[in-house]
Amino acid sequence: MFNYYLELALRSLKRSPGLTALMVLAIGFGVAASMTTWSVFRAVSGDPIPWKSSKLFVPQIDMWGPKGRGPNKTDNEPPDALDYTDAMALMRAHRGKLQSAMYQISPSVVPADAGKHPINVSGHAVYGEFFPMLDVPFLYGNGWSADDDTQRAAVAVISGKLNDKLFGGANSVGRTVSIEGKDYRVVGVLGNWNPQPRFYDVVNTGGFSTGVEDVFIPFERAIAMGIPNDGNTNCSETPAESGFVGLQRSSCIWIAYMVQLDDAAAVSAYRSWLDGYAKEQQTAGRFSWAPNNRLRDVPAFLDHEQVVPSDTKVSLLVALGLLIVCLVNTAGLLLAKFLRRSSEIGVRRALGAPRMAIYAQFLTEAGMIGLAGGVLGLLLTGVGVASVSWVLPKDIAALARLDFSLLALTLLVAVVATTLAGLYPTFRASRVQPAWQLKSN
Amino acid sequence: MTLHPMIAALRRHKAGVVLIALQIALTLAIVCNAVFIIGQRVERVNRPTGLDESNLFLVSQQWVGAPSGDDPASVEKLDSLQQADLAALRSLPDVASVTPINSLPLLNSSWNGAVDLKPGTTGQGSFNGTRTTYYFSDEQALSTLGLHLVAGRNFTVADVQHRGFRDQGEPSLVILTKALGDKLFPKGDALGKVIFLNGATTPTTIIGMVERMQVPGTGSWTNSFVWNATLVPTRLDANFARYAIRAKPGRLDAAMHAVTPTLYAANPLRVLDDDSVKSFAQIRAEAYRADVGMAILMGVVCLILLAVTAAGIVGLTSFWVGQRHRQIGVRRALGARKIDILHYFQIENLVIASVGAVIGLMLAIGLNLLLMQSFEMERLPVAYVLAGIVMVLALGQGAVFVPARRASNVPPVVATRAA
Repeated sequence: MFNYYLELALRSLKRSPGLTALMVLAIGFGVAASMTTWSVFRAVSGDPIPWKSSKLFVPQIDMWGPKGRGPNKTDNEPPDALDYTDAMALMRAHRGKLQSAMYQISPSVVPADAGKHPINVSGHAVYGEFFPMLDVPFLYGNGWSADDDTQRAAVAVISGKLNDKLFGGANSVGRTVSIEGKDYRVVGVLGNWNPQPRFYDVVNTGGFSTGVEDVFIPFERAIAMGIPNDGNTNCSETPAESGFVGLQRSSCIWIAYMVQLDDAAAVSAYRSWLDGYAKEQQTAGRFSWAPNNRLRDVPAFLDHEQVVPSDTKVSLLVALGLLIVCLVNTAGLLLAKFLRRSSEIGVRRALGAPRMAIYAQFLTEAGMIGLAGGVLGLLLTGVGVASVSWVLPKDIAALARLDFSLLALTLLVAVVATTLAGLYPTFRASRVQPAWQLKSN
Repeated sequence: MTLHPMIAALRRHKAGVVLIALQIALTLAIVCNAVFIIGQRVERVNRPTGLDESNLFLVSQQWVGAPSGDDPASVEKLDSLQQADLAALRSLPDVASVTPINSLPLLNSSWNGAVDLKPGTTGQGSFNGTRTTYYFSDEQALSTLGLHLVAGRNFTVADVQHRGFRDQGEPSLVILTKALGDKLFPKGDALGKVIFLNGATTPTTIIGMVERMQVPGTGSWTNSFVWNATLVPTRLDANFARYAIRAKPGRLDAAMHAVTPTLYAANPLRVLDDDSVKSFAQIRAEAYRADVGMAILMGVVCLILLAVTAAGIVGLTSFWVGQRHRQIGVRRALGARKIDILHYFQIENLVIASVGAVIGLMLAIGLNLLLMQSFEMERLPVAYVLAGIVMVLALGQGAVFVPARRASNVPPVVATRAA
């Protein structure tokens, strides 16, 4: 029976090619616009570490107090990064399973080959626990030990990309890389690791980045060598002392922090420890306000930092609106098309076809239009995803990808949406009174 | 012509009428907001920075193995590196002038603080006062950037100091933008007055004012102080430096190409890569890429929407014309002129589109409220909605014309034929 309906639908569509083309075009464009914006939204709103994000937490401490909030802020949110004093206190206390303070660096690397100019790389100064905490994949070697951290060892983890550039892709573990004019021993080479958004340091990276993180060196080593922070520095008051050392003694915030807490008990223990710490600071006279801490997991922190650009959300919303208009349009045209065939329906009903048969016939027709629109939508989505790189900021456009799930979703949305749009016209078609139709003819 | 028979006819196919009206309403709501977004972005992108942007470019570079800049001796060493670069760049044949500067408008890398009329007290937050961005530069800033001095004087060579990037200490004199000067001194007499930077206790004198200069940040967080800039006559010494360079007219490309070899010749131990030398046009394009992209996206969506809606009206009206073929013939046979039939369909469409427009008006405002609530949008001006209404009515009339004319060409003889 389904084949018969297919044949009927094809015949009907062929009878009014203009109207059919119109519906297919509308569905195609509507679905393509939605899917293109969806691909961007999906890319920027995704969980960068889905298997672990609910166990990774970002502690926030209110080291500025109410007066550091500024006149425009009405909420009582503490600053979203740490100053050096508090970051070090948290590291020393070591209350999480794994944890790392980190700051963004942008050192120069001098290639070993004479005649090659120095290059600039971006990276982070982190603690050794950073790598197991974030399940960072290694191509060669490993991260460094807690001893390396305390001894401020001159060790480095480099990206596979930098390894290609400096060592031609060979296993470079044990070899030397010159960072800011000093030699570091390579202990690990990263595999393909470029999480987006940069969930471990949203504050300094702004969420998304076109580049790859090329070097990681021990935090305390970087501090000792005076490698300055390359990210944001926010101060509620001017540091009392000059230089990078002055920054470390100030309440300016520039350090990101992440801690792994495996269960609810660990989370609440960490929370109460944070409150205890802030109370201690209050007693010591450093804070003149009550503890005001936050401990958000990665998804909550990404949300708090509004990592997904509002443009992306507005685009998706507007594109979905376009899809709805296209569906309303299709519903109107299908209604006209189906009711034009009232006499045909009348004959079928008079010959004994039940209402369900009419439903099946016309929904098959709607579904076919949806399928054709979906195929057109696939092509247009391909064009759309390819052309977002021309119009969107590079760091975001680079993330939008055409993959199997997007293609499948495009087809599914087109068919389901068109069938839904065909429901009311089909309902009307099924209510056609056979007697009336036969009589008027 | 009375509307009564038309309404009666419309009631015979309610569903089609409702769908068309709904489509027009949704189209109006989305197009109004999308066009408003486009308008806002275009306005943002077109605002002048206050700079003479042609022939201007920026060099950002970093020295390798440079001293830390944390002690006076290393600050002097860094300053001599910077001075050597400046001398080398200033001697280039295609270069008109060069100034060291920490950032430029639209560069999205900024040093912000606040200025106040009262001296600060120790421990007071620097959020007090009027927010401003700081441009640290020298006596050639105005000529290199093409800023217009509207009051007072430019910096002289003797005014220019230098200090470590992370050293404290506020300058004794500054040049402000007129916007900032007028905000601090609403009577417009800022020139020669004393202000305090970042809660400092030492005074700073305003020696000049420039007409306009935008802050480096282009995000919405800078909206409250976008024209508040303070020029400080201080070279900042760090392991990196930025130089703004004005090429001689028409020599931009030549000057940009000459920079890299010149700087390597002066000192090879430095990082200069593909991103190091950027024309201001490039900086502008990167800064507003998201805005331009959003405007293009909204434009494409609007075009598709209008096309789909117009095509939908053509399709449905064509169907109605076909359906009423015989009735049209009867009317013609009873003496209706062609123009009456044409008008019938045109007015019918106008009625439907007007109903759609009224609903669309409410939807447009609703959508705008939603966007305002969640995405920092501004209130949709009435002009946009009115223009939108006129547009959908015109669109309806344009779309209905072809099927309506076909209807008017139905001959009266149709009435005599059997259906």
